[in-house]
Amino acid sequence: MPPLTEHIVLRDLDVPNIGDQEVYIQNGGYEALRIALKEKTPADVMTMVKDAGLRGRGGAGFPAGVKWGFLPKGVYPRYLLCNCDESEPGTFNNHQIVDRNPHQLIEGIILAAYAIECHTAFIYVRGEFAHAARTLQRAVDQAYEKGFLGKDILGSGFELDIIVHRGAGAYICGEETALMESLEGKIGQPRLKPPFPAVAGLYGKPTIINNVETLTNVPMIVRKGVEWYRTFGTERSPGTKVFSLSGHVNRPGNYEVPFGTPLRELIEADYYGGGMRNGNQVKIVVPGGASAAWLTAAQLDVTMDYEALAAAGTMLGSGGVIVLDETVSAVEVAYKMDEFFKHESCGKCTPCREGTHFLVKVLHRLNHGGGRQGDIPILHDVYNQMAGNCFCLLGESAVVPIRSALKLFPHEFEEAIARATAGANGANGKHAIALVTH
Amino acid sequence: MSLREKHGAEIDAIVGKYAQKRSAVLALLYIAQDEYGYLTDAGVREVAEILEMPPTDVFEVAGFYSLLYEQPVGKWVLQVCDDVPCCFSGAEELITALEDTLGIKVDQTTADGMFTLQRVKCLADCNRAPLMQANLEYYRDLTPDRIDGVLDELRTRAASGEKLSISGRFAER
Repeated sequence: MPPLTEHIVLRDLDVPNIGDQEVYIQNGGYEALRIALKEKTPADVMTMVKDAGLRGRGGAGFPAGVKWGFLPKGVYPRYLLCNCDESEPGTFNNHQIVDRNPHQLIEGIILAAYAIECHTAFIYVRGEFAHAARTLQRAVDQAYEKGFLGKDILGSGFELDIIVHRGAGAYICGEETALMESLEGKIGQPRLKPPFPAVAGLYGKPTIINNVETLTNVPMIVRKGVEWYRTFGTERSPGTKVFSLSGHVNRPGNYEVPFGTPLRELIEADYYGGGMRNGNQVKIVVPGGASAAWLTAAQLDVTMDYEALAAAGTMLGSGGVIVLDETVSAVEVAYKMDEFFKHESCGKCTPCREGTHFLVKVLHRLNHGGGRQGDIPILHDVYNQMAGNCFCLLGESAVVPIRSALKLFPHEFEEAIARATAGANGANGKHAIALVTH
Repeated sequence: MSLREKHGAEIDAIVGKYAQKRSAVLALLYIAQDEYGYLTDAGVREVAEILEMPPTDVFEVAGFYSLLYEQPVGKWVLQVCDDVPCCFSGAEELITALEDTLGIKVDQTTADGMFTLQRVKCLADCNRAPLMQANLEYYRDLTPDRIDGVLDELRTRAASGEKLSISGRFAER
């Protein structure tokens, strides 16, 4: 599949300085908004997004237009939240969008707000994106100056305010209800569902929450039409996806590709990953952020769309594709990934809080030359007690790396234990990573 | 001077954006820790009073989020991502080199109060590993040979009288 000649989302690659409002406008920017406000009803816009088959890019892949339709009729005010808490290890596509193409996101937010008849939208930006939050605030200010935001937008009578809200360091705030708690000035712990956000979300009001990349697609759908949009991707995964490619490829970076592009092409093609560093072999591919089950070199022909990745036993997730070569140990990768989930566990539910702690404790000693007979059954036992029992997806995600590692590379765990019990160093004689004390 | 006396206009503007005052708690804690160098008990109580929140709630928030500092930190907080994939792309070498150069370990502050070194989780710029933030400004592709130059630059900025923000409120990159 040849690379895109024209991007839908990463238009900063086609148009230099599209982050400047003037340049954005000169290149069709805010045209979709004019079209929508003049010629279309809110329901028309919602129908277009539904018909385009735009699926949520934050991880779940749920159709955005269908989600918008869940709002109870006649209940106001409603809120729109843009989730820019991008913190899934290996994922950095939202970061590029807000840094370099913020006006397209803002236009997408305005269009979505129009479609769902909402007058206050928030962009929840992870605290570490301090500079990006300033970039967004500047772009929002410019949008007000041009009459794209505020009262009576472009003379249509529609009004909208956008508030850029910075978090303060917490992966869990990417979980939609934890994000709402955080926005309400509380610690970021998820809420019990139902009620779902569409019914009772921010401040108890009907709320829609969409990812940055999802909303950035909307202006192009409205401006260029559903038919055009559906020329990209597959029947059930229409459009494009920005994959964040990282790890041991020659050309890590964000690549926007049509859904259905083979993983092998993403890794090997000169115009994408450019192959593995030093001619090394692929050992582990994590196709959708740390929460996605691992693939191996034998599975590179899978295509990158929701259905094919699900059929391969994993998920498209956040689109963070981490490619690791044979220099890494599966025991180390599982340790580092579960250390992440332990660090980010919000502490609300016992299976996640205690489970991640136990997993990391055992993985730590396996990596530290202290593996014991019986550690493998303990790991299986712990993640099995977590799976299906955690309050939210964070704990469920913590199950994934250790389960993948034990399934795909059981001998590495056995070897680590054998070396330790023989009195040798348990981690291949050297540590690629540091062992943090727990 | 109190936060209200010193930053009254900015605080009012922030609080005024929200339907409920307490939504401004993170933004005000950012201001408080910039003002006092970290979140002192008195600073947290000031924020609670401004937002008419129970102080316990604000202490709870201060303890939950990783970018809110309840212990003193240096003028520059250096945060190196040690997550996958960074840890397999030079992050460990970077942390070791920073420890050696600064003469401190992770979670310590240099004796002159200039730098605090921390390990952090994914910073979402994984294609530019190894990766560090200094007061939340990005330093990308930061191989150990570049450390001296970066630290010098940060010292010079601190000496120049530039207003520094451990909360990243003026982040330029």
